[in-house]
Amino acid sequence: MNTNYIRIIAVLAYVILAPILGAFFDGLDRKISARMQRRVGPPITQPLHDLKKLFAKENVNVNKAQSFLILSYLVGTLIAGALFFSGGDMLMSIFLFSTSTMFLYFTGMVATSPYSTVGANRELLQALAYEPAELLTAVGFYLAVGSFKSLDIVSGKWSAILFLPGFFVAFVFILTIKMRKSPFDESTSHHPHQELIKGITSDLGARNYAIYTLTEYYENMYMLGVVALFFVNSNPWSYLGAVVAIFVLYFLEILIDNSSARVKSELMIKQAWWVTFIAAGLNLLILMLIK
Amino acid sequence: MISLETVVPFLICFPVIVAVLMFITRNSKVRAIFAYVGAVAIIAAVGFLLVDWVTNGCQPVALFVETETINHVILVAEIVLMFVVTFLCFKYKKYWISILSIVPTCMIAYVDLRGPKLEEMHHVYLDHLSILMCVIVGLIGSMIAIYAVGYMDGYHKHHTEFKDRTYYFLTVLFLFLGAMFGFVTSSNLLWIDFFWELTSVCSFLLIGYTRTDEAINNSFRALWMNLFGGTALAVGIVYAAYVAGTTDLQTLVALGVLKQPAAVLPIAMIAFAALTKASQLPFSTWLVGAMVAPTPSSALLHSATMVKAGIYILFRLAPGMSGTETGLMVSLVGGFTFFIMSIFAVEQTDGKKVLAFSTLSNLGLMTACAGVGVPATVWAGVFLMVFHAVSKSLLFQDIGATENSLHTRNIEDFGGLLHRLPKLASCMFIGIVGMFLAPFGMLFSKWATLKSVIDSKNIILVLLICFGSATTTLYWSKWLGKLIQNPSEDKEVKDVTKTGEYISLYIHTVIMIAVTILIPTVSLIYVNPLVTELFGTSTDVMSKSVLYTMVAMLILAFLVPFLAYLFTKNQPTKVDLTYMNGVNSGDNKGFVNAFGETTKMELGNYYFDDTIKTGKMMKYAQIALAVWIVVMTAMAIVKGGAF
Amino acid sequence: MGNVKKSPWLLHYDGSSCNGCDIEVLASLTPIYDAERFGVINTGDPLQADIFLVTGGINHQCQGVVKQLYDQMPNPKVVVAVGICACTGGVFKETYNILGGVDTTIPVDVYVPGCAARPQAIIDGIVKGIDLFQRRSDERDRLIKEAKKNGKVTDEVMAEIDARINQIKVDPSVKAPEDAGKIKEIPTGGSEE
Repeated sequence: MNTNYIRIIAVLAYVILAPILGAFFDGLDRKISARMQRRVGPPITQPLHDLKKLFAKENVNVNKAQSFLILSYLVGTLIAGALFFSGGDMLMSIFLFSTSTMFLYFTGMVATSPYSTVGANRELLQALAYEPAELLTAVGFYLAVGSFKSLDIVSGKWSAILFLPGFFVAFVFILTIKMRKSPFDESTSHHPHQELIKGITSDLGARNYAIYTLTEYYENMYMLGVVALFFVNSNPWSYLGAVVAIFVLYFLEILIDNSSARVKSELMIKQAWWVTFIAAGLNLLILMLIK
Repeated sequence: MISLETVVPFLICFPVIVAVLMFITRNSKVRAIFAYVGAVAIIAAVGFLLVDWVTNGCQPVALFVETETINHVILVAEIVLMFVVTFLCFKYKKYWISILSIVPTCMIAYVDLRGPKLEEMHHVYLDHLSILMCVIVGLIGSMIAIYAVGYMDGYHKHHTEFKDRTYYFLTVLFLFLGAMFGFVTSSNLLWIDFFWELTSVCSFLLIGYTRTDEAINNSFRALWMNLFGGTALAVGIVYAAYVAGTTDLQTLVALGVLKQPAAVLPIAMIAFAALTKASQLPFSTWLVGAMVAPTPSSALLHSATMVKAGIYILFRLAPGMSGTETGLMVSLVGGFTFFIMSIFAVEQTDGKKVLAFSTLSNLGLMTACAGVGVPATVWAGVFLMVFHAVSKSLLFQDIGATENSLHTRNIEDFGGLLHRLPKLASCMFIGIVGMFLAPFGMLFSKWATLKSVIDSKNIILVLLICFGSATTTLYWSKWLGKLIQNPSEDKEVKDVTKTGEYISLYIHTVIMIAVTILIPTVSLIYVNPLVTELFGTSTDVMSKSVLYTMVAMLILAFLVPFLAYLFTKNQPTKVDLTYMNGVNSGDNKGFVNAFGETTKMELGNYYFDDTIKTGKMMKYAQIALAVWIVVMTAMAIVKGGAF
Repeated sequence: MGNVKKSPWLLHYDGSSCNGCDIEVLASLTPIYDAERFGVINTGDPLQADIFLVTGGINHQCQGVVKQLYDQMPNPKVVVAVGICACTGGVFKETYNILGGVDTTIPVDVYVPGCAARPQAIIDGIVKGIDLFQRRSDERDRLIKEAKKNGKVTDEVMAEIDARINQIKVDPSVKAPEDAGKIKEIPTGGSEE
């Protein structure tokens, strides 16, 4: 099939399916977490009910600008992710994601309220912690495959992870940050839902919170897509391997989430940077020497 | 048609005439008119320069072989400069600094008068790079001059403790413009040395404008660091004249490309001098200290033009430095400066200091590009230079104007600026966004830099850029967040910004956005030829499709929020109080405390001042990089076979 | 717009309670009763909450707070008063500082008496509240659709709609399912089996 058709289908699949898949993963997360806590837990489709309920509520804001800012966050993330899934330049995708995160930051800051401002500040600190690893992941792919384009990476002969174990470690480390899982759920957390911990989402009214949740799903699917990128190669069986890897990793994230307490932002930054520097740095050195 | 032979001297000498006019005209209104006319004339002259050069086919032009008289004039002027510097050093009891002026001037005079007979050369060389610098200096410099007229008025109204010597300020400003034109068009190192020293002295005079103790100390620090560089430059020139047999920059670089031993020391010395001019570690403290000066000098000298002179020289040297120890030295100095300065910027609350550290950081990136010295990195570096010049100039002017109205430049006081000073805050917003956010110009340039540096296999630089990018995002975003909050102060702020200042600000904003949109065009018609002229080849760091995607993203960056705004604007919305546990005092500005009184809410940013100790860490960085420079320069000279 | 009753988010506020009812409320969310399996989340943010659970009586200090939190909640919303103090003021009704139950400040939809109210009763009350929430939401959607047909839906129209739906009363015949709130066995700590 013509690659352009595949790319269009991939983009459409991302745009349409990511929220549903994201909700499925979210529901899975809540179910498994509940079981880990010896509870029954909600049904796996619960996030869909949550979204429906949130959209059915009155639209409240604390500031008129929040509506268009959070919508821009959604659309920006969508475009960034779509660029990635269309086989485009990974580095550009990362930069566009950081622009979308700016919109989220603005939504938090424009509320001018104590909790959302603290959350917004912490969002910046999260970005500080994960951005080097994100950029270095793209750099790693470039060195291993010779291109930044995800299309070229998936058509490679070997799975990228064979060349990029260090980068993978760094990426998985910051995955915890990006997915807002304990111990790095600084700026906003999925549980509990109070005040300082609610952070940047504390002044989002029901509908805006739903838009935020949707965007989270898009972003999570992108992150899992990058994980898959480490494993996918031109052999169709690698896709199965990638799916297995995704589920294993996701379970690992849930496990870490449930078994650790939130740490201070400074510690998050320190740990993320050290892991990135050592794991990705060593990998980078080796790659540059052998290539 | 006015020929190039006329335009170039005009560009160098006319600002000097305007400077004299500034000095003798004490009536501020008449002086303002002279300044505006002079600035517009300079812009027009740059226009003529462009037209002439384009009609010449955009080919490099070498002019002026017979320059006996001018050489003598320049020598005399340089000696006069030496006396001025010595006099001021003695006046302020900084005696030792005068040595840094006397020694190189004597060396240069000796080489000029008694030195070996050198082959004939062209003294003026115009190619894509020099024309670009002329445009930057002429356009941005002139607009800053226009801005300065209105700004100084407000500045002295606000700072009644300083004596109003605006005539002196504008004099040195225009003198500096002339010096810069001379600097970027000269090919003879002796001329370059003179204009170099002249810019150092202009910077020194402007920093010390307010004549406070701090200003005087900082101005002398800037002076000795720049003069130190000038001394190295003089050493390089003397060596070049005697051993390499030339003082032509073009010839010297060509020798460097051929890896001729005679070129090693001069190139190393000139590169070192450029590092002091561009205020790279360990010479960074002078630029930070220069922030005590009134904003136009910070905008003009210390971000848009003078420090770019150092970068310009490094770009010229790049083909000769590539692959050598000098290149390695320069690239890592640049890389570390980029990273370390971005960390320091996180800690600053003074807006101008943030801009200063950001300038140092970006200059570090450009230095690193030049140090690596391959077509791809220089391509990225040129884009960095262009975008940085426009954005930084915009930001400095804006913060100066804001300070005049708000009476503070502490970022913590900028809360809600978008509501209180909408026009200034919008320009500030766009300027900051243009400095780090995708898909604007600086981000694109940084992206290109990252790509080109990966290709050149420099792993330390790759790591420095990735980590430095993260810290850069942090300190700019913090500032942006402050601007869009709801204001907590109810006091009205009077906007005292003059029309002239606004004209300059708006034109800068337009240029910034226009150049970003036109990146593909600019790349094709200007930067690629520029790189080809320097290296003989050019590479496409970013493919055309990427460039066009970038422009599409830029349009989306404006379109998406705009459309989102249109979409949500008429949705029925209930605006609630912000969530403060139910004790919001009713106006979102405070809460009801346990005693039933209203406590005012204060929202602040993170500055990490307990982790980032700029003073102490700067010292360690300076020592480390000083050692690096000394070791690498020694290695370069020894390995290069200079002796 | 569908089954909003599958995702009722609570906002729990303690007016001046002795914390007895609060402990019972929190117990309902623990593994033994596990309200999350019905989609109930104890959210601390009124802007995202559906059901306002208040314990304790209302005094001067918390009256403004309760009103503010109630106003911040988006419609449709339900108020559940848990414990006799929240219903009427309880044993503190005659004291100088207590103004009375929650209904002195905001309209209450479900009263859950008890001192302390038992988790089973609380869950029963919440279930009634959830049903009311669903009915209010359906009515709201219906009224909005009607209003759209008649013209533009302005803020005033919305305010009117919200006032109307808040008149809808609880249906006392709705009961929690038989096994809700009933523990199967007391779990023993330490090793099992």
